[in-house]
Amino acid sequence: MRIGPPASCGLQAAGWARTHDFRLPRRQHVLTTNSTLGREKALENLTLASHVDAINWNRVVDPIDDEVWDRLTGNFWLPEKVPLSNDIQSWATLTDDEKTLTMRVFTGLTLLDTIQGTVGAISLIPDAVTPHEEAVLTNIAFMESVHAKSYSSIFSTLCSTKEIDEAFRWSRENKYLQSKADIILSYYRGDDPLKRKVASTLLESFLFYSGFYLPMYWSAHAKLTNTADLIRLIIRDEAVHGYYIGYKYQKGLESQPEERKQELKDYTMNLMFELYENEVAYTHDLYDPVGLSEDCKMFLHYNANKALMNLGYEAMFPKEVTKVNPAILAALSPGSDENHDFFSGSGSSYVIGKAENTEDDDWDF
Amino acid sequence: MLLVYFSANSEYTHRFVAKLRHPAVRLPTLTKEPTLRVDEPFVLVTPTYGAGRNRGAVPKQVIKFLNVEENRRHLVGVIGAGNTNFGMDYCRAAFKVAAKCQVPLMYRVELLGTQEDVDAVNLGLDKLCASSLKTAM
Repeated sequence: MRIGPPASCGLQAAGWARTHDFRLPRRQHVLTTNSTLGREKALENLTLASHVDAINWNRVVDPIDDEVWDRLTGNFWLPEKVPLSNDIQSWATLTDDEKTLTMRVFTGLTLLDTIQGTVGAISLIPDAVTPHEEAVLTNIAFMESVHAKSYSSIFSTLCSTKEIDEAFRWSRENKYLQSKADIILSYYRGDDPLKRKVASTLLESFLFYSGFYLPMYWSAHAKLTNTADLIRLIIRDEAVHGYYIGYKYQKGLESQPEERKQELKDYTMNLMFELYENEVAYTHDLYDPVGLSEDCKMFLHYNANKALMNLGYEAMFPKEVTKVNPAILAALSPGSDENHDFFSGSGSSYVIGKAENTEDDDWDF
Repeated sequence: MLLVYFSANSEYTHRFVAKLRHPAVRLPTLTKEPTLRVDEPFVLVTPTYGAGRNRGAVPKQVIKFLNVEENRRHLVGVIGAGNTNFGMDYCRAAFKVAAKCQVPLMYRVELLGTQEDVDAVNLGLDKLCASSLKTAM
């Protein structure tokens, strides 16, 4: 691949739908968004371990590493397994504006996954405290690349090359999307390992959701349902990633003095606000034409709370602004809209589920 | 109302339970450790483990605890802890225990739980204490 000067100031979404175009100057964007820095400078900043011990999975220091590895590998999937072509008819029922919106949302998500796969997860590896954590992070990085590629599978199934190129051009030029990428990348390049984990968790658990909202909305309206199945696989992965990186942040925080803990909490809240303001602007930019901005913002608040909880902090947004549309919640997690609040009713009408065969073979009773 | 809960080292469920004003005992984190004996009515709080192809949804420590018949006899209901991002698997362990033991799934909470969750569960457990209890079969 030719390493050339960047065409624009920001990181680009990896354009797998145009694999014929090898002139995309991608690699040095990954290492720096500053166009004055060349490849040599980027390599100078690259830190590689000087000594590596063979990883022994029979001596796991932190059982969470082992659990998360099992979970991630158990969840492994590829976009080729999802019958996306069944959505071609449904795609044809969308208006031009709806198609444009959908493609823009997906290029935005592609950019985030590209960042996380090529910079974010990788940037956490030098800070890992166990060799197993390093291994988990390589899995996370790889799956982010699978996610990024899967959007291109959607595009190549549903859209023309011209439409795809236009959507990628939009992703390079949209100021809110580029701002989102710039904010996150600046923290990945910083020298504070715990701050990197905060930025990474907020990306995994918050920044994706302005985009994930749309396929859940389509799914709730019985449109692009196979695409939604694929997105749900991504959402499931991101939940594990956010949980894991957030957990490692909290482990790292334990040994810090009180003053530093407070500094990091303040930093987290400030970064959340900075990203939130940008997300709101991005959401209006995308969804105002179809009148969905307010509905989407409820989903953002709900996920912002969950991102903070992944970092061990209490929820920030009150319930009045986190009332996610039940149809969106049901699209995300079937059955989650059903009332399982036994306490709020009399309880007398509650129907207990029929005994099911559990897959756990070591129940004795 | 007594709560019996399992929480992995990530401490999510532990932190939710700690915010409640009802007494709680934690199941051992390691499966090889001896499980608890409970001789009064209790509500179980459990996260969902793995739920992938490699492992069952119900944490092994919860299974070990419920395999003790006298423990199971005192089970009144289940509260699930989880994350809706897991789709169909959201609170799967709590569903499984509720169905298997024929007790209600009383509430579901995400991650550390919000203040609204804490209030709802506290009140619900208060009411439960005041009512006559139907325990697991």
